[in-house]
Amino acid sequence: MDALLQQVFAGLATGGIYASLALALVMIYQATHLVNFAQGEMAMFSTYIAWALIEAGMPYWAAFFITIGIAFVLGAVIERVVIRPVENASVLAVVVVFIGLLVILNSVAGWIFTYTIKSFPSPFPRELPFGLRFMSPHQLGAIGVTVVVLLLLYAFFRFTPLGLAMRAAAQNPESSRLVGIRVGWMLALGWGLAAAIGSVAGMMVAPIVYLDPNMMSGVLLYAFAAALVGGIDNPWGAVIGGFVVGVLENVLGAFVIGNELKLSVALIIIIGVLLVKPSGFFGRVQVTRV
Amino acid sequence: MSKRALGIGLVLLVVACALPFVLSNYRTFQMTLVLVYAIALLGLNILTGYNGQISLGHGAFYALGAYCTAILMDRWGVPYWATIPVAGAVCLVAGFVFGLPALRLEGLYLALATFALGVATPQLLKYHLLEKWTGGVQGIVIMKPSPPFGLPLNPDQWLYFFTLAIAAGMFILAYNLIRGRIGRALVAIRDQHIAAEAMGINNALYKSLAFGVSAMFTGVAGALGAVAVQFVAPDSFNIFLSITLLVGIVVGGLASISGALYGAIFIQFVPNLADEISKAAPWAIFGVFMIGFVYLMPTGVAGAVRLIKRRRAA
Repeated sequence: MDALLQQVFAGLATGGIYASLALALVMIYQATHLVNFAQGEMAMFSTYIAWALIEAGMPYWAAFFITIGIAFVLGAVIERVVIRPVENASVLAVVVVFIGLLVILNSVAGWIFTYTIKSFPSPFPRELPFGLRFMSPHQLGAIGVTVVVLLLLYAFFRFTPLGLAMRAAAQNPESSRLVGIRVGWMLALGWGLAAAIGSVAGMMVAPIVYLDPNMMSGVLLYAFAAALVGGIDNPWGAVIGGFVVGVLENVLGAFVIGNELKLSVALIIIIGVLLVKPSGFFGRVQVTRV
Repeated sequence: MSKRALGIGLVLLVVACALPFVLSNYRTFQMTLVLVYAIALLGLNILTGYNGQISLGHGAFYALGAYCTAILMDRWGVPYWATIPVAGAVCLVAGFVFGLPALRLEGLYLALATFALGVATPQLLKYHLLEKWTGGVQGIVIMKPSPPFGLPLNPDQWLYFFTLAIAAGMFILAYNLIRGRIGRALVAIRDQHIAAEAMGINNALYKSLAFGVSAMFTGVAGALGAVAVQFVAPDSFNIFLSITLLVGIVVGGLASISGALYGAIFIQFVPNLADEISKAAPWAIFGVFMIGFVYLMPTGVAGAVRLIKRRRAA
């Protein structure tokens, strides 16, 4: 029983990270109906920036927030420069551009920071004052950070005029343009926010998986699975999906199929959900007219 | 086949036959790999270029073909030439079976599902219950075939001619497939699937068939690749192999048969050149070319060649 609980809690901790990345994917999907294959590499790249800042002697939390800022700008710039020209292109063209972005970020990170695996510090104390049997402090901290990010996002979209404008631009671009919202900038802003959330996920997962240019490929797969489980157009669904996938991955990995096939769990979830319930468990069913 | 196409094909064949006698053994080996990639790209192009189904996981079928050959040769002592059709048949079935659920997925979602397949492939190959056959992380080492009938060739040259013969056969097969009824049906489904259905094309059948045939081509390429490299291991079939194939068809030219050859030359030689700058450089260049081609040359090298010919003719 203890072993099971331990796996469940570990799953919740990684699930929180998947949830953040899934949320970033959903944000971009809602605004543009595209799935960003480069989301994981964007997060990886931001994490390297954080690592470089910490190596340069900056305290962790300062580096943390500066990285979020840099990631935000980077995301917005990528949208304006790389994605804008293919906005109305075919799905294949867009997918190729995303994959191109993925390999560029991956190789540039390898070029600048080399492919040797680095350890990434955790900001949370090694020992907690109150003894916790089932979770490491970093796991608890990662869940805490995820929850804070979620609440901030919720508040932003629910209570600020800018958040309202972004939601409007995503839902109905034409009408939003008519009432004076700069839809193009809202998209760039959405990309920036998604990149910022992704960078948080990257910095939270790096102490667990260690820092190397390929660290996010697995995480991205789980995030895809999470977004699809929850319904790719529903942010809350993505968050729930993240926790579900995290727990499933850990429990199945530990007790049923073994750790060596963990990624296949994501593969099976993705294909299974797409086949059985393509809109996910909380998504809207899309009806198109022939 | 039209007279012109036949003529171009023959000239290419003569040039290709002369190559191993002027190039060094290592270059001959590289040309063998070009042919292998060309077959794989042909397969991916049938699916993605002609039929519009995006696959980001074709490395999985390449791996399947390679492992079929390696296991048959290593465990059962089957001669290398006999393993190629088996690998093709296995991949045909595997592709068809994967194509069935893929029928329900369109565009982005298919890309997602196949991406997951591509990422998960090395792990599946390492699975411990399969280790008896696959050799686990270590992979399988296979013997280099020597030329039969006492031909005065060294093994590299013989392997090149063997691959060339199969590649020529596969190109003719693809050419006839695309030029005929089936090819038109595939393109019709890509461009307007509802209209295609209305014209009496069985969308479901053709789409899964396209998946099967595409996987067969890629599987045959994988099998030949395994014989040429004499080694298969799980980590050489990672997601980057699938992406390499995607780069190949984008650069070579989507929905073009000759594009497979251009793309194959690109993905074989550019990394070699770029490797001298940095280990990461080939991928940076691949990425830039992918995005650059989508913006500036969406029909790839094959499209540019067509354009130049048309300008000349006009």
